[in-house]
Amino acid sequence: MTIGLAHYLTVAAILFTLGIFGIFLNRKNVIIILMSIELMLLAVNINFVAFSVRLNDLVGQIFAMFVLTVAAAEAAIGLAILLVYFRNRGTIRVEDIRMMRG
Amino acid sequence: MILPGIMFYLFAAVAIASGVMVVSARNPVHSVLFLILAFFNAAGLFVLMGAEFLAMILVIVYVGAVAVLFLFVVMMLDIDFAQLRTGAMRYLPIGALIGFILLAELIFVFGSWVIAPGVAGVGAAPLPTASGFSNTRAIGDLLYTRYIFAFQMAGMVLLVAMIGAIVLTLRHRVGTRRQVISEQLGRRSTETIEVVKVPVGAGAAE
Repeated sequence: MTIGLAHYLTVAAILFTLGIFGIFLNRKNVIIILMSIELMLLAVNINFVAFSVRLNDLVGQIFAMFVLTVAAAEAAIGLAILLVYFRNRGTIRVEDIRMMRG
Repeated sequence: MILPGIMFYLFAAVAIASGVMVVSARNPVHSVLFLILAFFNAAGLFVLMGAEFLAMILVIVYVGAVAVLFLFVVMMLDIDFAQLRTGAMRYLPIGALIGFILLAELIFVFGSWVIAPGVAGVGAAPLPTASGFSNTRAIGDLLYTRYIFAFQMAGMVLLVAMIGAIVLTLRHRVGTRRQVISEQLGRRSTETIEVVKVPVGAGAAE
């Protein structure tokens, strides 16, 4: 029972698909959509680290750290925008967010 | 050698199960808590792969910062989440269809794809093999030398995100009394104190 690259790639693929599925399932709730995006970024990170170990190259882990940075920044900005929007409109329903639609 | 296999299946199963719960839980607070569980198990997978530093960073950054941020926002906003979930079943078939298509594509890609022999040794920065040369030290050696510019740019991204979040959410309430120190210090006695000669028996005017 040796755990190889394919096992980790399978886990990452399932997590990524779950993220996509979550975006469709919770179309109205921006918070869950943001969490689904975090899940997808986690799957990407698992891929990066798995390939880094398999190919004996540390650069993959370095890049995974940058993905982590961007994910943290994205979560902070996204939640801040969500907070301001809720303060102004009193709702976070995605369907109501269409003020800029011409 | 059977223990890593058992641990892998344990971590992977719990991570995927909590991923399912993240997208399907009725209460968003439960979603956030399952997200934390998923990140913990992903950190376990990272440890199994030998990326200890990244695993610890994952726990610190995600569980310590991002998940708590989500928890704050979910609990701060007064939202009727049950009402947000209405009609979720309507999107279930299309979501499941696209999910399955994507999963099938990923399986096709990874199933039919092989690493060229000999490519594992030609990476830009080989993993540390010598004992006493830890993963953390190797990452530091690489990150602070060859990737210092990217590292600084990551810091700038975080700085911009921090300032942006503060600017977006900071608000000046009207009607609250605030201490303005410059005004306090700028007061002069001639503007604030008036010496009045009060005639005996008449009292001060006003």
